Amino acid sequence: MYNKGTIIPGLIIFVLFVTFPIWFNGFTTAGDLPKPELPPGGEKHCVESAEYMRANHMQLLNEWRDNVLRDADREILEIDGKKYPKGLQMACMKCHSKKEKFCDSCHTYAAVEPYCWDCHLTPDQAVSKEATH
Amino acid sequence: MDKQRRKFLKIAGASVVAGIGAPAIIKLSSSPAFASGHAAPAADHSPAADVHGGHADAHGAHAEEAPTGVRLGMVIDMRKMADNPGLLDNAISACIDAHNLPQFPDSKNAIKWIWKTPFENVFTDHSAYHASKKTAHIDFPALCNHCDDPPCCRACPTQATFKVVSTGIVAMDFHRCIGCRFCMAACPYGARSFNWQDPRPYIKKYNKNFPTRMKGVVEKCNFCGERLALGQEPACVEACKGTGAITFGNLNDAKSEVRAVLDKEFTIQRKPTLGTKPSVFYIV
Repeated sequence: MYNKGTIIPGLIIFVLFVTFPIWFNGFTTAGDLPKPELPPGGEKHCVESAEYMRANHMQLLNEWRDNVLRDADREILEIDGKKYPKGLQMACMKCHSKKEKFCDSCHTYAAVEPYCWDCHLTPDQAVSKEATH
Repeated sequence: MDKQRRKFLKIAGASVVAGIGAPAIIKLSSSPAFASGHAAPAADHSPAADVHGGHADAHGAHAEEAPTGVRLGMVIDMRKMADNPGLLDNAISACIDAHNLPQFPDSKNAIKWIWKTPFENVFTDHSAYHASKKTAHIDFPALCNHCDDPPCCRACPTQATFKVVSTGIVAMDFHRCIGCRFCMAACPYGARSFNWQDPRPYIKKYNKNFPTRMKGVVEKCNFCGERLALGQEPACVEACKGTGAITFGNLNDAKSEVRAVLDKEFTIQRKPTLGTKPSVFYIV
C-alpha cells in the first residue's frame, strides 16, 4: 500500500468525525433523557394521565384555546375535586410553577420552541411585576 | 351548396340567440324585482326578512333589529361622567390593570382599549358648532363598539377577529393574528391598536391570569369576556359601580337594565350612518 502513513490516520480521523454524534452523546450528558421536575407543591394528578399529557398536552392546550376563545366555552373543569379553569396561566402553571425546570427540560431536549411564552406569563414573570388585585 | 350554407347559418344564429337568451329570461323571471308582487323589502319587518334580506337594513340606525340571541352593549351617561371628573380615569386604569396594557411614552405606539378623547373626535358626524360648554370641555370615553355588523371581522383574513355567537362580543384570538392591520383600516372608530414593539417592558403591573401580547399583533377591548365568564362585570363598569355612569347588559333583552336606560333616555351612537350598528350608546 502506498502512502500508508497518511491514509490510515486519515481514515481514523474520518471515522471519528462521522461518528461524532454517537460518541459525543455517550461521553457527555447531552443525550440523557430529560427529567422534568414534578410540581413543587407535590400534586400527583393532572387533568389527564401522565402518559396522555406527555404525548398530547399540545393538542389539549389547542383544544382549550379554541374552547375559550372561539366558542366562549370557559367552563371550569373539575377533576378529582380540583378545579381547573381552562388556560395555561390559570391551570397548568398553578402546579407546574417552574417553567424552566418543567416545560423547558423536554422542549430543549427535543429542540422545539413553542411560542406560548411570547404572550403568556410564567409564574416567575407574573410575580416580577405583581398586580395588587 | 348555397342553400345549405344559408340554412346552416340560420340554424346557428337561432341556436346562439336561444342559448344566450334563455338563461337570461329564466334569471329575470325568478329575481324578486321582476317577479309579480314587487314587494318593498323595507315594508317587511318580520325577523326572517331581516336575516335573508341583507339590504333591508342598509339604513343602519333606522332599521329594526331582530331581537334574537344575546347582544351585549353599554350605555355611557356623560352627565354622570361630567359630575365625577375622576371616574373615567378610574375606569381606564381598571382596564389597564385587568388586561396587562402597556403604557408607552410615545403616543404613536399607544395601546388603547378604552381612552379619553374630545366630543368632536367621538362624534365626528355631529356638529360641535356652538356645543354646550360642558360638552366642549369634558373628555369622552371611546372604546370598541362591538358592532352588530362589524367591518373588522369581514376584513380579517385569518378570522383572528370574529363575533362570538353567544354574546355578540367582537372578540380577538391573538394566536391567529398575523398583524396585517386590515382590521385597523376597516374599523371606523379607531378602536384597534397595533403592537409596534414588545409591550412587556412598558407594562407596569401584571395581572397573572391574563396574557400579555407580543410584537406584531393587533388588540382591542374584549368587553372583558374573561371576567363575564366568572360572573363579574367588565372592569370599566365595575370601576364606575354605584354612579350609573356605565350601564352594561344584553341589548336584546327587553327586561335588562340597559334596555330600561335606553327606553328612558335619548341616546346617540358613534357614526350610525355607516350601518355598523354599534352596541355602545352615549347619553350626552
